[in-house]
This record gives sequence, C-alpha cells and structure tokens, in this order.
Amino acid sequence: MDAKVINKTPFVSTRNACKMCAPLGSSLAFKGVEGCTPLIHGSQGCSTYVRRYLISHFKEPVDIASSNFTQEATIFGGGTNLKLALDNVKSQYKPKIIGISTTCLSETIGDDVSSILMDYREIPGNENTAYVHAQTPSYQGSHADGFHEAIAALVKQFARRGEANGKTVLLGGLMSPADLRYLKEVMQAMQMPFVLLPDYSETMDNPHWDEYKLIPEGGTTMEEMEEMGNARAFIQFGEVLNKGRLAGRVSGSHHVVSAGDILQKEFSVTGYHIPFPIGIDNSDLFFDALKNISGKELPAEIAKERGRLIDAYVDGHKYIFGKKAMVYGEEDFVIALTGFLTEIGIDPVIIATGGESKLFEQRIREKTGTENSIVLSGGDFEQMAEYARQIGLDLIVGHSKGYYIARELGIPMVRVGFPVHDREGGQRLLHLGYRGSNQLFDTIVNAVIQQKQDNSPVGYKYM
Amino acid sequence: MISKNKNKKHVPNPEEFKEELLKKYPLKVAKKRAKGILVNDPKDTGMEIQANVRTIPGIITQRGCTYAGCKGVILGPTRDVVNIVHGPIGCSFYAWLTRRNQTKPPTAQDPNYIPYSFSTDMQDSNIVFGGEKKLKDAIQDAWDLFKPRSIAVFSTCPIGLIGDDIHAVCREKKAELGINIFGFSCEGYKGVSQSAGHHIANNKIFSDVIGIDLTLPRAGKFVINMMGEYNIGGDSFALESYFEEMGVTLKATFSGNSTIESYESAHDVDLNIVMCHRSINYIAEMMEKKYGIPWFKVNFIGAQATAKSLRRIAEYFGDEEVMAKTEALIARELESVKAVANKVKPLVQGKTAMMFVGGSRAHHYQELFRELGIETIAAGYEFAHRDDYEGRRVIPDIKIDADSRNIEELKVVKDKVSFKDSLVEKKKALKDKNFEFENYEGMMPEMSKNSLVIDDISHWESELLIEKYKPDIFCAGIKEKYVVQKNGIPLKQLHSYDYGGPYAGFVGAINFYNEMERMLCTDIWKMIDAPWKNEPVCVGSVVEE
Repeated sequence: MDAKVINKTPFVSTRNACKMCAPLGSSLAFKGVEGCTPLIHGSQGCSTYVRRYLISHFKEPVDIASSNFTQEATIFGGGTNLKLALDNVKSQYKPKIIGISTTCLSETIGDDVSSILMDYREIPGNENTAYVHAQTPSYQGSHADGFHEAIAALVKQFARRGEANGKTVLLGGLMSPADLRYLKEVMQAMQMPFVLLPDYSETMDNPHWDEYKLIPEGGTTMEEMEEMGNARAFIQFGEVLNKGRLAGRVSGSHHVVSAGDILQKEFSVTGYHIPFPIGIDNSDLFFDALKNISGKELPAEIAKERGRLIDAYVDGHKYIFGKKAMVYGEEDFVIALTGFLTEIGIDPVIIATGGESKLFEQRIREKTGTENSIVLSGGDFEQMAEYARQIGLDLIVGHSKGYYIARELGIPMVRVGFPVHDREGGQRLLHLGYRGSNQLFDTIVNAVIQQKQDNSPVGYKYM
Repeated sequence: MISKNKNKKHVPNPEEFKEELLKKYPLKVAKKRAKGILVNDPKDTGMEIQANVRTIPGIITQRGCTYAGCKGVILGPTRDVVNIVHGPIGCSFYAWLTRRNQTKPPTAQDPNYIPYSFSTDMQDSNIVFGGEKKLKDAIQDAWDLFKPRSIAVFSTCPIGLIGDDIHAVCREKKAELGINIFGFSCEGYKGVSQSAGHHIANNKIFSDVIGIDLTLPRAGKFVINMMGEYNIGGDSFALESYFEEMGVTLKATFSGNSTIESYESAHDVDLNIVMCHRSINYIAEMMEKKYGIPWFKVNFIGAQATAKSLRRIAEYFGDEEVMAKTEALIARELESVKAVANKVKPLVQGKTAMMFVGGSRAHHYQELFRELGIETIAAGYEFAHRDDYEGRRVIPDIKIDADSRNIEELKVVKDKVSFKDSLVEKKKALKDKNFEFENYEGMMPEMSKNSLVIDDISHWESELLIEKYKPDIFCAGIKEKYVVQKNGIPLKQLHSYDYGGPYAGFVGAINFYNEMERMLCTDIWKMIDAPWKNEPVCVGSVVEE
C-alpha cells in the first residue's frame, strides 16, 4: 500500500462529514462553567440543532438560549435581539455567567458583540452577571475549534494576577463526563489542589434530582477561573487544539490562541502540553507531569492501575495483534487513540479527522512511526469508506456516525468519543488514564473475540 | 408516580395556573405570552389563540428553523434526490439521518441517497468571495458520483446574506446535466419556525416537480396521494399495506417512503388525503386548483380514527368491492386491537397525559390516549398556525404579518391538459350528500373543557406545568425528554418514537398500547427516593419529656 496523505479532497462537497460546527463545541465548553447558561447568537435553529445533538449523546437536559434572528435582524443587526435574549435568560435562569457563541449568521453580518455587551453591561441591573463571548462562525474550523475558542475566551476574561496559590490548572479537551470525573479523582488522590476547566462532569451527567434545577450544579467556578492566573502550573490536554493553520481560520489572527498560550504568555504559568492520557505512553506523560509539578510520588493505587493495564496487555494482546483498524474523531482525541492502538499492536491503517490542522498528520506519523497509514485531514466518512473497502479492516474505533461503514463491511465497531447516539452510556465512557485505557483495551479485545466467536463453526465458550 | 394514579387526582384551577405561569416574565413578555395560552372551552367558537408568531429571544423554545422544516422534514424522507446543503457544515450534519424516517427501495439497485449528507462545507474564503462556484462543483460531484434523477439545493443563513444566487446555479446545472435540479431559499432566519420551511418546500415541489411527467399511464383504477405522512418508525409501511388490501393504489406519499419519480406524475390521481395538515396543506390546495383533485383530512393515529379514515376513502370511491374489502380489513384488524386494548386499558385508564409536539401530532395522539382511557389535560403545537388549533374556518381572519409575507404565495391556475372536471363533479355530488372536503376542525374542539392549550411552550412553562399538574406521561421530543424525566415523569418521544413504532394504523395502535403499558406500569420511578432519604437528619438521642 502506498503512503498517502489526503489533505485536499478530490470532492468539493463534503459527503457525510466527520465534524460538527463551532458553536456546538463552544456551548459544550460553556456548560462546564458553574452557573452558566450558553446562548447562541443566531437563528433559533442553531440552538435547537446543537441542543438536540448534545442531548442525544449526554441524555441530560441541555438548555441553550438563542437570540432568535429574524429577517429584520439580519438587515438591521442582531443587537436588539441579543439584548432582549440576555434580559429573558437572566429573568428565567438567574445565571452567574452567560456564554455567548456567535454563528455564521451573526459573524457574516458583522455584529460587534463585544460593543453590544459593553453597552448592555452599563444598563443598571446588568452588572452582576458576567458575559463571555466566543467567536465561533461555523465556516471557521470545527466543533473542536469552537470548544477551545470558548475556553480561551474564559481564561482571557477571568484569569487574574495575584498571589501564588499553588494550584494546578487542567485544561480539558472534548472529553466525557466520566473522563473529567477521573481527572478530578486523580488530582484528589495526588492531594494536589487544582482547577479543571471546563468541568461538565456534573452538569452533563446529572444524577436524578429531587427537585428540578434550571442550571445544574457543578462546573468550574468564577473564583477558580480567576485563580488560574496565579497557578503553579497548567496541563493542557491535546496538541492541536485550535492552533495550526486551520481551514478558514485567519492565520496569525489573535483569535487563534489556546487557553494554555494565554496562561503561559500573559501570566507566566509553567505549562505542560501533553496528549490525552490514553494508553501507557500518553498516561505516563500525564503522571510524570503531575509528579514534576507536585514533587510527589504516585499513590500506590494509581501505580497498581498501571500494573493492571500492563497485565491486561500481556493477557490480551495476541487477540488483536496486527488487526487493521480505522479510527476517527476530533484531532487530539484521534492522535491519542492512535498512539494507544499502536501501543497494543493494532495497526491503525486509516486515521481520519474532520479538522484541518496541518499539525495532525505530523503528530500521527510520530505516534505510528510509519508512513504507510492513510491519514485523512479534513476527511469525511465517504473518503474513509472508500479506503476501508480498498484496504479491508478488522475493526472500527470511533463515534456513532461511522456505524454504516462497520455495517457494510460486517466488522465490529467500538464506540468511543462524541457523539454516541445509538447506544446508552456515551457520557459515561471512560477513556483516560490507566483505568480508562484498560476499559478500552478490554472492550476492543472483546469486540474482536466476539467477531471470531460469532463466525466460528463451533462457537467455543472457552478460550 | 404510578401508585397514586388509581385515584382521580386534584387538578389545579387553570386560570390561576396561567396567572402564576406569566408572573415570571417581564410585563411586556407576559402580555405577549398570555395570548398563546388558553383555557379550553370546546363549545366556545370565539376563542382565539396566538400562534405562528416569533419566539421571544432568550426564551428557550423547542422550535427549529426554516431550513429544518424544508430539508429535514419535507425533502428528507425522499430517497431518489441528492440533497446538497449549501452552507457551513453544521446544518447538514445535524439533519443527517436524525428523523428516523424509513424508506424501502424496491430493489437494492434502486437509488437511496437518504444515508448521505452532502454539504458545500463553506469556509471563510467562500463567505468572502462567494460560494456559487463551490456549489456548482458540488452539484457536479453529486452527478459524477450517483447520476441521480434530481438534485436539490438548500440555502442556509449565510448564503442568503452573501447573496449567492442558488436558483441561477441550479438552472445552469440543470441545463448542462439534463436532470431536474432545484433550489430552496430556506435560510434559517426566514420564518417564525420550521413551518416556513414546509411552505417553501411545498411551493418548490409543486412548481418544479409535480406533474412534469405526462407520459405514464394511470397507476390504477382508484388512485390517491397520501400527504403529510413521513414514515417515522415505519408508519407509512403499515398504511401502504391497508391501501393495497382495499384495492386503492397509492401513487405518492408526501413524503414518507417516497421518490421524486412518483411526484412527477402525482397529478394523475383521484384524491389527496392529508394527514399532517400543517406541513402539507399548501400542496393539497394548489393541486386542487391546478388539477381539480379534491382533498380531505384523515387521521391514522388511533385504531378508531384509522377505521374512520379508511372508510371515508372507500366511500369516496363508492365502489362496492373496495368498500367490502375495507370493512373486512377493519373488522379483522379491530379484533387484534381489541385484544391488546383489553389487556392494557385496565392498567392505565384514568391517567393523564400532556403533549407538546409538531403541527398535528399533539392533536392526533390524543386519539390513542382516549382509546386507553387516558385524558389529555394539556397540549400544544411547536410550529402550528391558528387553523390547526381552531379549525380552517378561521383562515380568512388570520393576520398576515411580515413573517408570513416573506414566503411566496404561488399563483396557481387551472392546468389546460391535466385538469379533471370529472373530479370536480364527483366532489360536488359527494358534498351534496354531506361528505366533507378540505376541512380541518383543529385540535381545540376535541379537547375537554378546562384543558390547557399552549402554543410554542417554553422550558419554564413545561416545568411549572409538570410541577402543578403532575401528569402521568408527557409527550414531546428529545430536547424535552430529560428535562421531563428529571422531574420524575416518563416522556414519550413523538418525533422519533424512541426507536419504536410504527404507531400509525391498527398495528401502530397495538404498538402504542404496549408501549404505554411498559412506560406507565414500570417500577423504576418508585426507586427515586433513596431509603435513607426520609431518615432523620440529626444524629443523636431524643429525650422524651
């Protein structure tokens, strides 16, 4: 097989996209802030679609307001609508923060949201709520870019200089609520004071309530965000983030900045830039960083989890060695997954993302150490399907949208990441750390074993 | 939740409830919202509800946009057209196979493009320099890939703003490729809700697709189109089998399990039956003007409603054989329905339901609940107009506002070739015998006195409604589902059916009864209160005095 990298698609149209739009990502990030109601400044369809998509994965109430653009607003500007929307969100939800995402509509007509907000803040009664704005037209980047844009906007607005507080900041990527809970658990086990941003571990995976809550409890608090400026260090998960030359994103623009960049440059906080901790290598990097920052050793329980993961690799690797897999999703998630799959002996022959950063391919090649895999940057599912039919696959690792390819090829599929809307429990999938990797490993091995068992003439029930 | 249902529960005073509901809003907003909330009196024909008006910004609505109504609802279920969404990626992605409308190509070789989501995936530079070139190339892509019978193009918000002329592009490519290519100016901001998108879709299908094929012979002796049935969960499949058994030929369904090919000769029928009045009545009316085809309203949700609707179709044709077959079908099917109803009804009757969905479902599903002895105590539509609430008689009184004016009203004239005078005469003869045509009575006359009718219900309103009325089941969509369930009330999705269905026809009634048993007789809700919750909070000994 020839080494191939496809950055420019032979097709102009995107057929079955492998990315969502930026306001979805920013709204999800805003859901990870305590007392925050997200608001999308655009047509009501934007907020309705984003809500229905998030809800179908997280299976939780997701309230996202809209400024409900009309034809008039597109001509005369959306300021009036935005202000009215803010009024109504405040009276109904009493939020501490309103997280505003702009859309292709409001960005194209050039609504100056910052100045609208400045005016709005000056009206008496409005000063007690904070307003954050992420510029997220969907013709710039993907939902992952929107997610990081929102985090950067939060850090930019809230981080303050002050006395050192010894905290470690964790800047999360598009992770599951279970992943975020895991990160918190690790920090507690390490006895390291920390700030996690965003933290939708509770808001997007609530227990059943005795009483309905308009804004679910949990999330990063305003105080915590302020403290980020005086933190001892930060760990930023992911290497692509919203950096690199993104399709459409104006290069060199001040918007293309990650939250970590801001903490590093403006607040001189020491930064650790590491991949998502999936697999031994990536998790080691995470725990090394924690050890460096804290000067402490790993708690025995975590060391044992590492040991169990290795033990599992030893027991199970023979079932999956050399199996050909296709993996896809957001750039940073896929980079980490690819490292993990390579580590366990699976051959990731097709590695795809809908994002278009040039960094993606470079990082993937570093992880796989081979030029032989197909790396699709800015790829869509039809491209993946074409290669999959050509190459032949044993396994698909990715979110629900690729199911039709697994179905066509008659191969197993392991659901990971976002969105998982054809199964229960997508929000509770744990991918991170030695523990998450172990769960992923077992799931993958068992998917391959089940395929073999289902198709065996005997149907052995003993290995 | 379940245990206390056997007793008739206390129902709050609806007027007081309404007052409390409005208190939360700023004065101006409350005044506007008050008009969209009615305490029903089925006998009072003077009641007027405010509907199809813009949602107030910042009030979390369940409504979608114009594009959603046009692409997602009307064109989505048609399998032999490649739908290209012209715009940034989100709009196309979110409408990709999410409505669960099914389709069944006769053979594996027949085209089915429903599993595909095409987008021009507009980027920065396209917004600045225009996207017409990209659209042309995307149409060419679709042609090269599939050689489809037709291609449809949908404009999203930024396209309207940057002024791409999608219709010119469509004309150009149509001439070049020799297939039917048509565009919809369904930018999301255009209307009040998805309803505007339905109208835009109706107009274009009527002007560019229906009746363009005059070559085909008549499809059968008794031929109909079914309108406003979208085959969610296989609803249409159930109904198709009934028509076949009755000896009635179904030419085209708008748009469940449908093809553009069938639309092209859909003018050659004897009757249009209308299921979802809101989304499709425009085509039915225009076809009557142009071709003389009469239409009447039907409802296939509920066993009795299905029987009634099938009978009306048979009576319309007045053919002895069709009528006999229809009666045999109804008798047989009602027998199986009865068996299940007898099992489920005693378990669930006396319970209460609420439904806030769609432009007709909130009305139609009340039938199914009634058959189980469950009363609908509050209902409303997401995107309907006054006529769907109050009946078509109010149409002349509906104010035309700026939003309605946004959408073109087509000028329709009699078709010189295909107009059928015979159908006009047939309709007149039947009308003389009190057979009702082109009418829809709406939801309100069928709801009980003092039930609540709420248009475009907001999150806050449904929460208070649940708190005060404590219904046993709430019907809506995915966006409301977990809000309602967090309140301890089961929610049945009537958009996507929660992977269930079909719920239309007799088989649908059976499925729905069984589903109600599953949902209303479960013990899950009893586990909500943890055993330690009612234990005393203070620890220590109590000294008796």
